[in-house]
Amino acid sequence: MSNLIKKIVLVGATSAIAEHCARLWIKNKKIDLTLIGRNRERLEKVARDLAVRNSESVVRVCEADFTNPIRIQELVNKIVSEGAVHTVLIAHGFLSDQAVCQENLAACHESLVVNGISPLLFLEAFAGHMQKVNMGTLAIIGSVAGDRGRKSNYVYGAAKGMIERYVQGLQHRLARDNVKVILIKPGPTDTPMTSHLKLQSKRLASVEGVAKIIVKGIEQGKTIIYAPFKWSLIMGIIKYLPRFIFNRMEI
Amino acid sequence: MVKVVSWGRLEKHDHKIITLSDSHLFQQLKSHTPGLPFGKGRSYGDVCLNPSGVLWCTEKLDRFISFNEKTGVLRCQSGILLRDIQKLIVPRGWILPVTPGTQFITIGGAIANDVHGKNHHVLGSFGHHIRWLKLVRTDGSIIECGPHSLSGWFSAVVGGIGLTGVITEVEIQLQRITTQFVITETIPYTSLEEFFDLADASETEWQYTVSWIDCVFKGKAERGLFMRSNPIELEQALAAIHHKKLITFAMPSIPIVNKLTLRLFNAAYFHIKKKQSNQNITHYESCFYPLDGLNQWNRMYGPRGFFQYQSVVPREVGYDAIKAMLSEITCSGEGSFLSVLKTFGSRPSMGMLSFPMSGVTLALDFPNKGKSTLKLFEKLDAIVREAKGRIYLAKDARMPQDLFEKGYPRFQEFLKYRDPGMSSALSRRLMGS
Repeated sequence: MSNLIKKIVLVGATSAIAEHCARLWIKNKKIDLTLIGRNRERLEKVARDLAVRNSESVVRVCEADFTNPIRIQELVNKIVSEGAVHTVLIAHGFLSDQAVCQENLAACHESLVVNGISPLLFLEAFAGHMQKVNMGTLAIIGSVAGDRGRKSNYVYGAAKGMIERYVQGLQHRLARDNVKVILIKPGPTDTPMTSHLKLQSKRLASVEGVAKIIVKGIEQGKTIIYAPFKWSLIMGIIKYLPRFIFNRMEI
Repeated sequence: MVKVVSWGRLEKHDHKIITLSDSHLFQQLKSHTPGLPFGKGRSYGDVCLNPSGVLWCTEKLDRFISFNEKTGVLRCQSGILLRDIQKLIVPRGWILPVTPGTQFITIGGAIANDVHGKNHHVLGSFGHHIRWLKLVRTDGSIIECGPHSLSGWFSAVVGGIGLTGVITEVEIQLQRITTQFVITETIPYTSLEEFFDLADASETEWQYTVSWIDCVFKGKAERGLFMRSNPIELEQALAAIHHKKLITFAMPSIPIVNKLTLRLFNAAYFHIKKKQSNQNITHYESCFYPLDGLNQWNRMYGPRGFFQYQSVVPREVGYDAIKAMLSEITCSGEGSFLSVLKTFGSRPSMGMLSFPMSGVTLALDFPNKGKSTLKLFEKLDAIVREAKGRIYLAKDARMPQDLFEKGYPRFQEFLKYRDPGMSSALSRRLMGS
């Protein structure tokens, strides 16, 4: 097993969390890495960096349309046809502006599609292949925002919540197979996605730290990874707060 | 707004932090001026601060671009830490040719302050090894320069303390190594003459030299420890380790600086090291970065922070000037654990505002005691001024404007290359804007 080169696919590879996971994976090991993203130029910058970090590994990039289900299926078929995939990390998404989403249904639609439907289409496409060969790990990035709808970001939260429900179903479906499905729920993390939060001097977890937790969690085959762990406690409370208290909170 | 302090922790100021990202860089620079590039904030004084203004944080510009393992040419973005570069290249037989006493700084910061290390007499300062760099200005223009192309620009950017634009990409020539180990000889000296003799005698045979000097010792002459190191092959290192017992001296973990502890510490350090006074083999990290193991050692000087006073004076007057400075310090009763005395080589620096020049440099930490500390600095300034020396901008928080202008005679030339959309506390203090 140790001589086998692990094949890892990153969907949304230019996202900061995905990129840092890739750095950890490639650090001391020869791997075969496929980076999927929307912008070739940005993908190539990530790929070049990873290639310098480990010149023995294979790093390839794939530009993709993230909302077209037919294209997604074709791309996944193509990747899998070149050899079975060991690990897939689906990491794309963007923090939508709640107020804009309420005013503008197109923005609301975009957030739901990009944060919820698109990642799930990738998940479903890879799941089919992994089930066939009875091997692999599927990891997908949800969010603590998906644990309970809040007025400050329920559009984003709903998309991420949908991911959780989908993962649940998939875990059930694949329970007897040798395919792991892992849901990752990062708390607010210091990435370009949250740069406006940093301006308000909100405390954010470091992306390096979050990536470390994710990579370790995937290796251990956890079913749900909160990153950092404290969010499992915080959300454990928030999820079960009685409505009459919750509705009075400004969160 | 976020409170930011520099390494010396002298003052906390509100800053607006903009984390620069590859894809929005132009927009970010244009819409947030006047700003200042900010790496890890490891410079001591106010060179990295822009109170009430914007800091353009470069920590996310952290990608490698290319590395040629045959030639040792590395290209990367400016926000990468020296530590991360070393981690990548050392196992592959290369090393950064010049590094300062910490590896927790960005490569962009190393260029902007044209930092130096213990091997200045052999390899010059950081800027000497930069082959190319890319600068983005607040007017949206991009300047690519190097020692042989747009060399005027290059001399302004190297040591240009972040005022000429944001360095985004860098190409550096690395140094070949065949071992990760160094052998260090520690030799006690009991006068300044002895220090200079040791420095001269070690210049050709030893790649790294530095000395620690006891600046609170009230003896007849100075005392200190001269340390010189060379790389050593693993087999030789193992053989040497086998034959010798190696003693290591750890810094106290929670030192509290006052007159008593300072005197005790310095005396203990001198005598323990004096007893060792032989050869020691270590990994390059503990030789180059002895303080990196002490997380946030800058806090040991307490809530008021500390000054670092680092000056360089020409060699011809070096003996008298250093002697005079040490005697002022001893008289004042102020002083520090970390007093470093080192000779620089004669290689002229690349930058218009680079610090290193042929001569001898003395670096001292002083806990901030307000007026009395500042008064001592005025006395030291007078000595530096008289000696035609200069003070290191990366460490300064208070030098008077005239000393800056005298110490850095090319500053007028430098001003032409400044980016009007950039400013720092230091530039306002010393350059008027």
